[in-house]
Amino acid sequence: MTHNLGLLASWQRVLKRELLLAYRQRNDILTPLIFFIIVISLFPLGVGPEPEILRTIAPGVIWVAALLATLLSLARLFNNELHDGTLEQLLLTPQPASVLVFAKIVSHWLTTGLPLVLISPLLALSLDMSSTALIYTMLTLLLGTPILSLIGAIGAALTLGLRGGGVLLALLILPLYIPVLIFSTGAIIAASNGFSAEGHLSLIGAYLIITLIFAPWVTSYALRVSLD
Amino acid sequence: MLQANALAAERGGQRLFSDVSFSLKDGDLLHLSGSNGSGKTTLLRMLCGLTLPVNGDISWQQKNIESNRDAFNADLLYIGHRHGMHSDLNALENLQLSTQQLSNSTMVFSALEEVGLSHHLNKPLRLLSQGQQRRVALARLLLESRKLWILDEPLAALDVDAVEWFSQRLAKHLENGGMAIVTTHQEASFISHVSINVVLGS
Amino acid sequence: MIFQKYAAPKYFYPLAGKCLPWFGTLAILTICAGLYLGLFVAPPDYQQGETVRIMFIHVPAAWMSMFIYAMMAGAAAIGLVWKIKLTDTFITASAAIGASFTLLALLTGSLWGKPMWGAWWVWDARLTSELILLFLYLGFMSLHSAIDDPRRASRAGAILLLIGVINLPVIHYSVEWWNTLHQPTSVARIDGPRIHSSILTPLLIMAVAFKLFYVSVVLIRMRSSILDNEADSRWLQEQGA
Repeated sequence: MTHNLGLLASWQRVLKRELLLAYRQRNDILTPLIFFIIVISLFPLGVGPEPEILRTIAPGVIWVAALLATLLSLARLFNNELHDGTLEQLLLTPQPASVLVFAKIVSHWLTTGLPLVLISPLLALSLDMSSTALIYTMLTLLLGTPILSLIGAIGAALTLGLRGGGVLLALLILPLYIPVLIFSTGAIIAASNGFSAEGHLSLIGAYLIITLIFAPWVTSYALRVSLD
Repeated sequence: MLQANALAAERGGQRLFSDVSFSLKDGDLLHLSGSNGSGKTTLLRMLCGLTLPVNGDISWQQKNIESNRDAFNADLLYIGHRHGMHSDLNALENLQLSTQQLSNSTMVFSALEEVGLSHHLNKPLRLLSQGQQRRVALARLLLESRKLWILDEPLAALDVDAVEWFSQRLAKHLENGGMAIVTTHQEASFISHVSINVVLGS
Repeated sequence: MIFQKYAAPKYFYPLAGKCLPWFGTLAILTICAGLYLGLFVAPPDYQQGETVRIMFIHVPAAWMSMFIYAMMAGAAAIGLVWKIKLTDTFITASAAIGASFTLLALLTGSLWGKPMWGAWWVWDARLTSELILLFLYLGFMSLHSAIDDPRRASRAGAILLLIGVINLPVIHYSVEWWNTLHQPTSVARIDGPRIHSSILTPLLIMAVAFKLFYVSVVLIRMRSSILDNEADSRWLQEQGA
């Protein structure tokens, strides 16, 4: 006889499935990462190779590129699931949909946010960042990219299956990303100027906690609305 | 018991149907029919709680399905015309990772064998034919024990053998006190078990 | 419930029709009074000269831009909880007006900035927040118009508005903070040091005038969208409209 799964087992199963799917569609995973690298390497070509200028704009360049790369990856978060009907099944499971949606968001971060964090030191070096700035770039990306996935999931759910959804998503989500951008670049600049970045990091942390609490719930609600 | 009370639906601001009421008891099979665009799929999705009714309410075991969603979902098995399987995963992975039951691979193997799919098990679903994909989806009927089945065109793209298998499986489900709501355009032997007919758009 | 009764289009439509002339007349009167006091009676600023008169449009417009967004978010919450259709009519009617006020605040801010700062655009914290608010309005309007199904459009729009209104203080605070980080030399703030009553009076009158104007235009827009949505309904045909 069969038994229904518990909440945690269900969560793990969704995460496992998402990671397996990500592995099967690994080209899609690589695209945002390559995009991230290309956008950053365009800047020296645009503003000139002077290390002084590059060092100044590096935090902003890396962070804006991270926002855009995340945005690019969000379309894939729910769209395939919409077309094969598995999104409906996700909402029909006996577990709270928000918990399962959270598993999807975690998988999204592991496959897009985390690679950006890991590749960032190389890009930071190419923009002539100091070692302190490099460490804080990684740190802010580590704290900040989960927020991008969490807020992005809401936008992806709201624009699900709409014509021109990608551009619309950018319009909805980018303004909401502004605090993350400001706090993160602020932290890097403060740290590389020899000041404490603790305040900035706490603010990012607080923002992360708030989005962790609300975003999965809002996303699952938005999915219900979009599938109605 | 599933009870639908004066249901009404709109699509794009246009009224699709209104005042649809019925109640489904243990062992009942409801056959839903109607012309294209009469709202069959909308009604089925509404009964699952995916689409909110514009009017009326639905209750399962005397409780509104919207406010008792998790309990209702634990009794519900819905297979829509999008069959709810990941096209990049193979049949085994789909059934093991998409279903809500603890099922070991032996059970999944035997379920797949029963629906007539004993090879191509390692191919991603998108490489299988429509009929084969539908069979994988229907294997859920064997793996998940749910009281209420809501099936949207379950026979689409199935061959004669598979239709016959489905009819028998459905009859067994009803005998065991299960309930089912089905739409179909095809002739099948399970029609003889139908206890309630709902026709939309008349 | 009296509120729910008047939330039905059938009752709201004639009620709005009765209120409209009153709000419209009052709006025109207060706008005339406010503009007269602001443009002719109020003295020029000793620092900013005649340029200060832009404030009588700019400041109330900026207030309206935030006020209307808050009203829309409030209506969105009511609409989601009580499933009242009329809230969506109100929200969509308000959105374009709110966006227009935001644009007006930005344009007048930039007109004021040219003589004051010597540049059409300065990344002043308030102007930047206002610009982001314009993006939020545009995002809402694009999302709402991209969705065909009216029920999905209104619910998705409502979710977006509520997220926006929760984020607005965070965005505003972060922009303010970013501004002090990047611009240590303080630029002349748009609100000026202290406000004299000869300036405050026309400012407040203009603020009231803009609200009355908003109510009037919202009522007109709501009535016309009700006519659109309810074209087939019996009560409207009985009215012979």
